[in-house]
Amino acid sequence: MSPTYSRREFLIGSAALAGGVAFGSYSLGVLATTPEPNNPLLTGLGPESATFNPWVKITPEGITLVTPHADVGQGVVAIQAALIAEEMDLELAQFDTDFGPPSPVYYNGGLVEEFAPFMATDLSPEAEAARAAALQWLKEQGMQMTGGSSTVPDSYTKLRVAGAVARETLKAAASKRTGIPVSELGTKAGAVLLPGGATIPYTALAAAAATLAPIEEVTLRDPSQWRLLGKTMQRLDVEAKCTGSLQFGIDLVMDGMVYAAVKLNPHKGAPMTGFNAGKAETMPGVQQIFPVTNGIAVVATNTWYAMKAAEAVECQWAEADYPSEQADHWAMVEATFTPDQADKIWRKDGDMEKALATAEVLEAEYRVPYAAHQPLEPLNAVALVRDDSVEVWTGHQIPQGVEQMAAALTGLQPEQATFYNQYSGGSFGHRLEFEHVRYAVEVANKMRGTPVKLTFSREEDFLQDFPRQIGMGRNRGAVKDGKIIAADFHIATTSAIRSMFGRMGMPSTDPDSQIPSGVWNMTYGIPNFRTTAYAVTGLSPTSSWRSVGAVTAGFIGESFIDELIHAAGQDPLQARIELCTVDYHRKVLEAVAKMADWDGPLGNGQGRGVAFVESFGVPVAEVIDVTATDKGIRIDKVWVAADVGGVLDPINFENQVQGGVVWGLGHAMNCELTYADGRVQQTNFHVHEGMRIHQCPPIEVMGLANGPKIRGIGEPPVPPAGPALANAIFAATGQRIREMPFNKFINFV
Amino acid sequence: MIQLTVNGKERQVDVVPDMPLLWVLRDELGITGPKYGCGIAQCGACTVTIDGLPVRSCQARIGLLEGAQVQTIEGMTTKPFRAVQQAWIEHQVPQCGYCQTGQIMQAAALLATTPNPTDDDINAAMAGNLCRCGTYARIRTAIHAAATQLSPTHSTES
Repeated sequence: MSPTYSRREFLIGSAALAGGVAFGSYSLGVLATTPEPNNPLLTGLGPESATFNPWVKITPEGITLVTPHADVGQGVVAIQAALIAEEMDLELAQFDTDFGPPSPVYYNGGLVEEFAPFMATDLSPEAEAARAAALQWLKEQGMQMTGGSSTVPDSYTKLRVAGAVARETLKAAASKRTGIPVSELGTKAGAVLLPGGATIPYTALAAAAATLAPIEEVTLRDPSQWRLLGKTMQRLDVEAKCTGSLQFGIDLVMDGMVYAAVKLNPHKGAPMTGFNAGKAETMPGVQQIFPVTNGIAVVATNTWYAMKAAEAVECQWAEADYPSEQADHWAMVEATFTPDQADKIWRKDGDMEKALATAEVLEAEYRVPYAAHQPLEPLNAVALVRDDSVEVWTGHQIPQGVEQMAAALTGLQPEQATFYNQYSGGSFGHRLEFEHVRYAVEVANKMRGTPVKLTFSREEDFLQDFPRQIGMGRNRGAVKDGKIIAADFHIATTSAIRSMFGRMGMPSTDPDSQIPSGVWNMTYGIPNFRTTAYAVTGLSPTSSWRSVGAVTAGFIGESFIDELIHAAGQDPLQARIELCTVDYHRKVLEAVAKMADWDGPLGNGQGRGVAFVESFGVPVAEVIDVTATDKGIRIDKVWVAADVGGVLDPINFENQVQGGVVWGLGHAMNCELTYADGRVQQTNFHVHEGMRIHQCPPIEVMGLANGPKIRGIGEPPVPPAGPALANAIFAATGQRIREMPFNKFINFV
Repeated sequence: MIQLTVNGKERQVDVVPDMPLLWVLRDELGITGPKYGCGIAQCGACTVTIDGLPVRSCQARIGLLEGAQVQTIEGMTTKPFRAVQQAWIEHQVPQCGYCQTGQIMQAAALLATTPNPTDDDINAAMAGNLCRCGTYARIRTAIHAAATQLSPTHSTES
């Protein structure tokens, strides 16, 4: 990874490379304009074993499929394996999976949209050329990264090709052994099928296959022939997660392992100026207490002893470089709305000033606070440092980053660092950050030869969380003759992307497309339409939070569109359908209207709202029904339609959509992080609980397949949830809520 | 030295009496089904049974558990538990799965006392079990399915 980069420069500089890249060509070799990194599975490959590419390994004992995208609960081990197994003719019980070693060969090509700033609906040659160039650049960078709902887009073709290459090579090996032409061989259930019905298991062919060059030119099966994909599948990790036998990172145990806890400066990023461990050192189970970057660590014989002693250490902290009080954070957001501080004008259709001068102008201001990630498995990692090696076990979405940090902290060479990825108990963006890695390695480096398990207490995890961006929208618009003629969005938030990449040593000054995500890419045919983004600086560090910018901009945008539609005297859903200019987007709106049996207002204290946001290339429409009861707002039901271009795993798709809606609603209703005395005031779930089961409505889900590309579903259901609820509350009560969390303004049952 | 029975085996532990059962199970006995999520009984991920009743093990001090019978998800065999666990697998409830051992323990306790729960019963019994992934719709479905399996006349209508 280069220390600094510019997406703009990259796009100009690498556009010339685009000509050599062909989409849809089913060969792993076609994309190789630079030398292929070696297949890491060749290292330590035993006798009579074969690997045809970095995703498939066969030994006499069994078959291993490598699933390099991190599984943080979104089910990507299962879908990656299913993509390979589909083409390889494996049953789901016939293989093991492994996260594999960190390697540039596992670069994530699914991130192209993030590096090619065109609307996802723009399929012009210019946009496609930019995406092709971005893909080439991602390959050259070789960065393995899970995020941006990109696992399925990255894997969809690549892993099916990997499975097909394995299948064809195994058939070639069977042909060589039996003398039967390949054209007369088939494959089924982990074996090559001979004419007459006899079979040779893949495991028995590994040794012979290993002597052949992999057959790279393959034909992928037509989706109509799929056995697994698109059908109901049993997710591979479900049973182990229901018996307690699935081992998360936090469950690892090693011989001689010690347990650690940390107490770090809650003024994030600022140093510790002094500490007194006198009392803590005498507490039970405590072995060592020493300073680490910006705080102290306690090593003990049990995690609880370590946490209790860490609490008892008295520390003096320096102040952070961001304001200590929440009101000053908001003031700095407000002060960013000046033309000279614009990050970028992302879209400018028509003549805004002229349009606003011809009609009455509607103005509204929106606010979205900081919110925490807080997956239920707290940050933790196991590290073991020796004089010639450093090893780290934890769940992480950027494997090479873990190895680079481990090497840098120990003074060892990058090739002496090894990372073993683990199943994670959630992430929502939290495991794109490195605090658990940093401190586990720092502690283990002081105790070389001893494995250390570091666990953050929930309170410490909240205090050190780099939260969701804070932001505001200042919107103007106008209606005339029952139609919206102008919508002018000004959106100011901190840049989660710049903050995060800055911490990784990859500072960027390019405009952050996440700030206006969900607004600048609206597909409403409003003649005068403008989106201006502002990046707020000098505030708390922030980081990617499930759906990133679209959760803030989506609320700012779709609430205000609703206001304009009401001002125009139109039906909120019918108006959106009529405004929509892209066919497969409109079909999403029409689908949700049909699902919810949308037929105008409900009356009798009930209200229904709709919101429609496209993020990560996925248009999602949500309708929410609420009832205003004596005890507050009750959410009665949610309907969701989303177009990912084809649903590969229907059960997990539904689960991800429902979970995304719960995430979006729960935080919009109930959650914020606020600063006082320079530290976050909310440090456990009783004051930042998201949603609990009693608030969760039935959520009906439909996946559509009209979109032109296969997309991921982890994040896109989140952004419409908040505005759909706010719009429903307006319909039920006449109260327009323009700030999260909504429970500051209205009660929920 | 404190003696207790965990999943049918007699165990002895030598820790301070204040230590929560959760950390005895996880770090002293190597039983990792019960999870640490919050430490203050706000998430339910650490749920076990003590003498047959569901308890947040992060709040149960080991010094008060001399002679107690503790069951974690690894050792549960009751009929409601089996039905709940099977329904959880069939309905593919987990996403990240970190809270699910606690959810299953809590749901089994609900069915042990309320074999025909309504949605309101389920919401009341399960409100202390936080799921950050948002699997609540499937949790309700799975509990109804388990109830039906245990008593086929169970109505899933509320």
